[in-house]
Amino acid sequence: MTLSLLLQHIVNALSLGSLYALIAIGYTMVYGILRLINFAHGDVFMLGAYVAFYGITLVSLPWWAALLIAIVLTAMFGIGLERVAYKPLRDSPRISIMISAIGASFLLESLGVLIFGGRPKGVPVPEVLSRVIRIGPVSTVVISLIIPLFTFGLLAVLVYIVNRTKTGMAMRAVSTDIEASRLMAVDVNRIVSFTFGIGSLLAAFGGIMWSFKYPQLNPLMGVMPGLKCFIAAVIGGIGSIGGAVLGGFLLGGIEIMIVAFLPTLSGYRDAFAFVLLIVVLLVKPTGLLGKRQTEKV
Amino acid sequence: MKTNATASPLKITRNRLYTLIALGAFVVLAIVADLFFDAFTLRVFNLCAIYIVLALSLNMLNGFTGLFSLGHAGFMAVGAYVCALLTMSPQLKDMNFFLMPMVPWLRNVTIPFLPAIIIGGLAAAFVGFLIGAPVLRLRDDYLAIATLGFGEIIRVLITNAQPITNGAQGLKGLPRFSTTFTVWIAAALVTLFMVLLMRSSYGRAMKAVRDDELAAEAMGINVFKVKVTSFTVSSFLAGIGGALLGHMITTIDPKMFTFMLTFNILLIVVLGGIGSISGSVIAAVVVTILMEVLRFLDEPLNFIVFKTAAMPGLRMVVFSILLMVVVIYRQRGLMGNKEFSWDMLTGLFVRKGRKGGTNV
Repeated sequence: MTLSLLLQHIVNALSLGSLYALIAIGYTMVYGILRLINFAHGDVFMLGAYVAFYGITLVSLPWWAALLIAIVLTAMFGIGLERVAYKPLRDSPRISIMISAIGASFLLESLGVLIFGGRPKGVPVPEVLSRVIRIGPVSTVVISLIIPLFTFGLLAVLVYIVNRTKTGMAMRAVSTDIEASRLMAVDVNRIVSFTFGIGSLLAAFGGIMWSFKYPQLNPLMGVMPGLKCFIAAVIGGIGSIGGAVLGGFLLGGIEIMIVAFLPTLSGYRDAFAFVLLIVVLLVKPTGLLGKRQTEKV
Repeated sequence: MKTNATASPLKITRNRLYTLIALGAFVVLAIVADLFFDAFTLRVFNLCAIYIVLALSLNMLNGFTGLFSLGHAGFMAVGAYVCALLTMSPQLKDMNFFLMPMVPWLRNVTIPFLPAIIIGGLAAAFVGFLIGAPVLRLRDDYLAIATLGFGEIIRVLITNAQPITNGAQGLKGLPRFSTTFTVWIAAALVTLFMVLLMRSSYGRAMKAVRDDELAAEAMGINVFKVKVTSFTVSSFLAGIGGALLGHMITTIDPKMFTFMLTFNILLIVVLGGIGSISGSVIAAVVVTILMEVLRFLDEPLNFIVFKTAAMPGLRMVVFSILLMVVVIYRQRGLMGNKEFSWDMLTGLFVRKGRKGGTNV
């Protein structure tokens, strides 16, 4: 294997890892606050990609405008989803809210089939993004470089919000103890909505970038990335944003490298994530960066 | 569903008489169905029985032991494949394995359906035991995700083990052993087994673990052992259900056993009431029939029950909404965690003003 090929794989791993990280953050933030696996997150990702697609093709918006509008719409949709499907169950047993999430996920997928059609759609990738550029020995499409750049930009903003703003402080408070933060005059509903908004926003951005990189859409496109990113979040330590990013890059990197170096195993590609998940859960159930929780009787 | 305890074993009480009549009526119905129903209706009728087996198997975990497992499709796949590979004749296997020859030691094995289905169930139970032993140390959502993961892994393994399973092409032309008689006997046996199990000390231990793990442990129940037992037995039943399903549709392939299938069963369990045997039985029948009746919503001429190529659209929208509405507004489902009894039914009718009729 030549150096240039290796670098090529690293670029690929970086861009796939960034996409995983973007989606994983949504899972980890929602889980951190509500202790809920938002099964529908992968479908929100799908929705974002479709909205942008229709923005470009039907309304013939420029791609960046379609991207912005799709992100905003999807974020609003995410907030609405929480209101309808999860809020009524906030005090119910965790199994109920998880079943509701599974139901929501299937609802979005079948609505996707119904509205967008089950047949895959080709995405018109903007010329600026699909151009091939060469940096030294590596040649790659612009989108593969843009994805990590934007991801790091968004991450910086997110980290700033969570650690430096009042809303961020409230988010951390709610994730530590919902009841106590309510007593401290934190508007829990607003914070939960805000969290879902941010998670959906990142998922939509990830979905659109995904559709530019792998230019094909179908209503089930969110299922596998959704599952894998949840796994990434668990591997990194669910509830921790840094963990989600780490898990995302780890998973993306391992996946690309295994397919690159052990092509005979590529049929098992989708199973790696699960194997990794189970190993991590058994060895360190709280994930790589997760805090250990003691069980109270 | 059809049993009443309390009274002395041989005395014929009113309720027992009802039960006997209902059973008899059902046997007549089954015979009539087998003789006179057209192929499609009969298939739906029999599918109800298979879904009863599957729903009870999932309910045993989710409802009675409180273990939220989402990997059921994987165990069904194991049962279906093992059973199918054991019953197919060498000629049939050669016809299926045209891309890659089958491993010889398995090619020449052909055994009757009954031992095959039991071996299929045992294989699923064994896989369940292997998976359960490590995974059951996890809780709630982690357990759900890990079992989901194992379900996927089983599917990927089956897809890739081409010399044994014929990979993505699947197996076609399985002998149709799942007759009306077979599937309903299986459903009856599994229902009876569940009723007896839940009355035994094992069943009580499971419920104790569900209600409060720590308290159960303090009472001297070996929590981990109960969990593993429940998981293994549930996998066994899932394997049986999968084998029956395979031999009814006569075609199996890895795509059939996706999370979608687990979702259908979960729907039944939630609708029927998590932790109710009779609820699962009733919901299995209702949901299976609804799934077919509502089929006109998307594709009127799609006879095969799980066809992932033609993804159901509107029909699945309806079912997802149904699931969410039930979870949000009526968490107990149809029966809650209670069981059906004749007193309940008569009570219902007397209160609503003396309507007659007792159909099961």
